[in-house]
Amino acid sequence: MVQEIENMRVYKRPESMHEVFERKGGAAPTATHYCPGCGHGVLHKLIGEAVDELGIQDRCVLISPVGCAVFAYYYFDFGNVQVAHGRAPACATGISRARDDAIVISYQGDGDLASIGLNETLQAANRGEKIAVFFVNNTVYGMTGGQMAPTTLIGEKTITCINGRTAEQAGYPLHMCEIINTLKAPVFIERISLSDSRHIKQARKAVKKALEIQRDKKGYAFIEVLAACPNNLKQDAQGAADYINEKMAKEYPVKNFRDESENAISVTRPKSDMSVEKLNEIFNTSDGTSEAVIDKDYKELQIKIAGFGGQGVLSLGIMIAKSGSAAGRFTSWYPSYGPEQRGGTANCSVIVSGDKIGSPIAYNPDILVCLNKPSLEKFAKDVKEGGVILYDSTIGDVNLPKNVKAYSIPAVEIAIEGGTQKAANTAMLGVIMKLGITRLSEKDFEDGIESGFAGKQKLIDINKKILKMGADWAEKNLL
Amino acid sequence: MSVQLIKGNTAVIVGALYAGCDCYFGYPITPASEILHEASKYFPMANRKFVQAESEEAAINMVYGAAAAGHRVLTASSGPGISLKQEGFSYMAGAQLPCVIANIQRAGPGLGNIGPEQADYNQVVKGGGHGNYKNIVLAPNSVQEMCDLTIKAFDLAFKYRNPAVLLSDGVLGQMMEPLKFPEKAIEHKVDTSWAVAGNAETKKNLVTSIFLNFEQQELFNVKLLEKYEKICENEVIYEEYLTEDADIILVSYGISSRISKSAVEAAREKGYKVGLFRLITLYPFPKKELLKLATEKNRVFVAVEMSAGQMRDDLALAIECKRPVELVARYGGNIIEMDAILKKIEEIYEKVDF
Repeated sequence: MVQEIENMRVYKRPESMHEVFERKGGAAPTATHYCPGCGHGVLHKLIGEAVDELGIQDRCVLISPVGCAVFAYYYFDFGNVQVAHGRAPACATGISRARDDAIVISYQGDGDLASIGLNETLQAANRGEKIAVFFVNNTVYGMTGGQMAPTTLIGEKTITCINGRTAEQAGYPLHMCEIINTLKAPVFIERISLSDSRHIKQARKAVKKALEIQRDKKGYAFIEVLAACPNNLKQDAQGAADYINEKMAKEYPVKNFRDESENAISVTRPKSDMSVEKLNEIFNTSDGTSEAVIDKDYKELQIKIAGFGGQGVLSLGIMIAKSGSAAGRFTSWYPSYGPEQRGGTANCSVIVSGDKIGSPIAYNPDILVCLNKPSLEKFAKDVKEGGVILYDSTIGDVNLPKNVKAYSIPAVEIAIEGGTQKAANTAMLGVIMKLGITRLSEKDFEDGIESGFAGKQKLIDINKKILKMGADWAEKNLL
Repeated sequence: MSVQLIKGNTAVIVGALYAGCDCYFGYPITPASEILHEASKYFPMANRKFVQAESEEAAINMVYGAAAAGHRVLTASSGPGISLKQEGFSYMAGAQLPCVIANIQRAGPGLGNIGPEQADYNQVVKGGGHGNYKNIVLAPNSVQEMCDLTIKAFDLAFKYRNPAVLLSDGVLGQMMEPLKFPEKAIEHKVDTSWAVAGNAETKKNLVTSIFLNFEQQELFNVKLLEKYEKICENEVIYEEYLTEDADIILVSYGISSRISKSAVEAAREKGYKVGLFRLITLYPFPKKELLKLATEKNRVFVAVEMSAGQMRDDLALAIECKRPVELVARYGGNIIEMDAILKKIEEIYEKVDF
């Protein structure tokens, strides 16, 4: 087979392949490590020639798989990355996304591509990554010692199916071109064969086309290569060629499945913006508050807010935290993942302090706000002596600890009156503000709402209104 | 200077962007998912690259690819996802590729639950994948540090060409605190001496972790070990709080260290001489400093962690078992309560005559 190729056309090594394989070394540094009759050497040469013809050598990055071609980097004189078994398309995705000008070649065998890496293969194809995938299908695991591959033919003998593959035991051969052809994104799909000079001539065109698509940034190209593994399949050169032509090609028809290269649009990804100005703009850093300052006189305040999910429990906590932060206090907010969440209830802890905060969890809150009964029953006993409990009046009568101040607040009612039941939490916030129990100013609370509903003026307005209604109610009824 | 109240998970993305990270590849998992959400939102706004990967394995191998190309790249996950990524950790350490992985720990083993835990210590600090390798491991304990140590992690990863892990937990990821934004943004440049970037300058480079020759593979291991030695010499970070006269030293990291600090203050108020040694780098582990504390005075050490003593074992090794090492631990998604630490302190004072 090697003789045939030489007679055909190529008398020298392509420029994009090393003249002497120094990375390989050993006694014969100009010979490949591949077995006689193996398809890898031929395919390497076809890739090298195409790279030369397209003038893309500097831009190429070849990903060497796990398998016999793990040492493909011995031979190719361009960037090389060796990667874990089956992960080449993911690695290729990473390189291609990071380096838009790189021409990324994912070179894989049948175990690598169609078995352990099938997910990576399909997903990269489906995303239409700008990569050229060369899939060497020789129906057997070569490097690991001749085990059955997903592409092993029915009846074919391997070391793990010594009497021949049966469908009952191992299912049927996987047809990768056909599977990938069900996806929308790929630009080019072709199955080629390296059995003889006629097929190799045809293969050369497909290899070049796949790389041309990469040069033009047009998208995903998939080439399945029917090749021989004479050692593992115990064939001589002629036997291998016959095997490909007569057996493999029957199961895996050699043909083009898709060529959208004319219609495909070239995609160029913009360069990353690494400037500090851009990031400051994205995060609107001119809008923040100032850093908290230590104030030993402001003793740590623990607040716990609990209720059903959807009652605005978490956002009430955030509004208080934002108010604290706006006031230059150390603040933290933490949503709880206790078992109570499973029943559809939620709670959060807010700590406001004049000094650095230790635990962000309010085990013994100074203030407990409850919007539903189960939460009140659960947390009331934890409230500090002299602490405050605020609960929505819809909860009704409950037994509460004696040593705390408890207030029933018509928060839902106030919110409905203010225009939206959703803002019961804000009504509660108004009460908290007026009671002065957080030692934060009214302005801090308004700032908290402004920053909580960043930019949404309508929401800011209605919530400020309900905040005031809550405060007014507290003034009239509690003070 | 801007301060904003944000979630720990968001702070990781802020840190990464200001650190010059321009690629994010990840897969969703609670309680780390906000990192993915924020990456999907903010990376494209600066034309940086984001892909929601098909799996944890794919995500870490996309990281491998972009890192091989010399870029600063981030991924994040939680316990079960980190387990899946271990193949990638090993390959990246073997290929000497820098990257940052944020691990927002949840409770295990198996599917466990989405509550916080610190029981990924062994799989992250000890290696987790196959072979003789180490990750650089940083343990933040505030939203500010979720950002700042992400930046630090990138610097260390590139300084040593090694994966660096931000080992955090569900509390730190989910909680909000004020974040002071970084003032500078790093404009990262590809190092053409080793990266494979698809251009003429890097054409000669090769990224690989295979050495068929046993001697070569052994020599490579030796080279890695020398690198880790250097990391241990130069990169240890820790904080001491009231340790000087302490009879009892709490040793802790991450969210546990904050509860420990509160416990130290409460214990001091009761007249107990208790200090805190807070680990910030878990690898390198501050062995010398802890050994010194163990040698200079009769003391008892207490490991405070949300795992069944995974860090305690390293502590005992570090102090060469010269002093007793006690453990205060919760797991399963539960957070250590300060009272449990105080109870342990009182127990020790009853038993030991300092």
